[in-house]
Amino acid sequence: MELAIFALFSVLALASAVVVISHRNPVYSVMSLVVTLISLAVLFVLLGAPFLAALQVLVYTGAILVLFLFVIMLLNVEREEPAGGHRVHKLIAALAAVVFAAILGSQFFAAQGSAHTAELTPDAVALVPLARKLFTTYLLPFEIVGLLLLAAVVAATALARRSAPRDREEKA
Amino acid sequence: MSFAFAATLAKMGAWLAVLLNAAPVMLWVERRGSALMQDRRGPNRVGPMGIFQGLADAVKFLFKEDIVPSGADRPLYLLAPMLALVPALTTFVVIPFGPTVEVAGRSVALVVADVDTGALLLLALASLGVYALVMAGYSSNNKYSLLGSVRASAQMISYELALTLSVVATLVPAGSFRLDRVVEAQQGLWLGFVPQWNIFPQIIGFVVFLVAAFAETNRLPFDLPEAESELVAGYHTEYSSMKFALFFMGEYMSMTTLSALAATLYLGGWHLPGLDYTGAWWLVALKGMGVLVGKIALFMMFFVWVRWSFPRFRFDQLMRLGWKVLLPLAILNFIGVAAFTVAGAS
Repeated sequence: MELAIFALFSVLALASAVVVISHRNPVYSVMSLVVTLISLAVLFVLLGAPFLAALQVLVYTGAILVLFLFVIMLLNVEREEPAGGHRVHKLIAALAAVVFAAILGSQFFAAQGSAHTAELTPDAVALVPLARKLFTTYLLPFEIVGLLLLAAVVAATALARRSAPRDREEKA
Repeated sequence: MSFAFAATLAKMGAWLAVLLNAAPVMLWVERRGSALMQDRRGPNRVGPMGIFQGLADAVKFLFKEDIVPSGADRPLYLLAPMLALVPALTTFVVIPFGPTVEVAGRSVALVVADVDTGALLLLALASLGVYALVMAGYSSNNKYSLLGSVRASAQMISYELALTLSVVATLVPAGSFRLDRVVEAQQGLWLGFVPQWNIFPQIIGFVVFLVAAFAETNRLPFDLPEAESELVAGYHTEYSSMKFALFFMGEYMSMTTLSALAATLYLGGWHLPGLDYTGAWWLVALKGMGVLVGKIALFMMFFVWVRWSFPRFRFDQLMRLGWKVLLPLAILNFIGVAAFTVAGAS
């Protein structure tokens, strides 16, 4: 049963990930990304991390991707034309992809057998111990991430507001 | 078939019986209720007092012509009405409708998914609801549909924050994401006669939750995504026949699940002080579901009452209310509840 679910959702995740980068219509790409992220959430549950799965759906599919769709619809992005591109560009892109895959792969094999690949215990992912760790051992990184997000919000608001007074002057 | 699997199926059956019947019943309540408020008779031809109006409407929907507009994005156009039912048909799994009971020597929790992430899972599933509206608007090839779904996504993202914050504040006294713990924490009485429901200490959170619930379900006075005086019918302008009926059912079922959540978080859920929850398991389950359905009905009546009492908001008023009033109130409520709980514990 578990194997069947794993097989189904890993195939679904990979297939929809391919659609994300290959489909010409950006709306279809975002919808495929939704499928990818939900499939990953199911895999998280199988790995024994339901909290992570719920957060994944809540934050990524429930908020971030809705914003993606919102922007695509507001800007009315048309179907993408096949990228002509320079031959040098394509070469650099291919090279970057190979280097990225090599880094990921080397990390994956280096981590085998170390403490990072130990099986998740229910204790490690239960809410109370997780929250305690987050607010004691990892308090500083946690607060810094919060501050970073706040700074991003303030910056975005400042950028968006900058043009507002000028518009009003033009109208007047 | 294992015992646990059979029990889960039975519990899902109980919920689906409530949810699927909510749409036709609410259709009747809405139309008769509005007639009552406007001093009309309302539908009174099918059955006594027109009670079978929902059935008649369902038959009518089945025989309507099913249209796919030219230039529509066919796959997304067909998928959208189905997705409209997803949050309504999934979020009920974490809402408990009774205590843990003994069935044939085994203990069974009267909630479909007895998981630690309870309320979080519910919020996650509920947040997927916006995709149906966005897809419907985008795929219909109609400017009114598109405008409706742009409004819907902006509105739902904005009000989800206030809704989530007010939900989280009710979890603090219970100390858990589990909704059965939230119900447990609300049992007992103050001064011997006031139930210890969250609605009393968290009245601010309750009001924020209710207002945000109206926005999340696109009900008047926040039905801007389908405002008929400006957008024809908004995101479902181009839908006909059963596809339209699915959006319609989705709205009523979302109202039902949000009402069930409100009842669980603020009115003590399936528990009623003074009611005896011991005895045969089926009797306990029936009592729990009965009390919960009664509380859901209260909220549903409130939805109908408000819909026929208030005019529609303007979009800028809606956004201002969401970001400048409800969100700060929800944050204040959360900080207050957290401080009070910590002070009480130490």
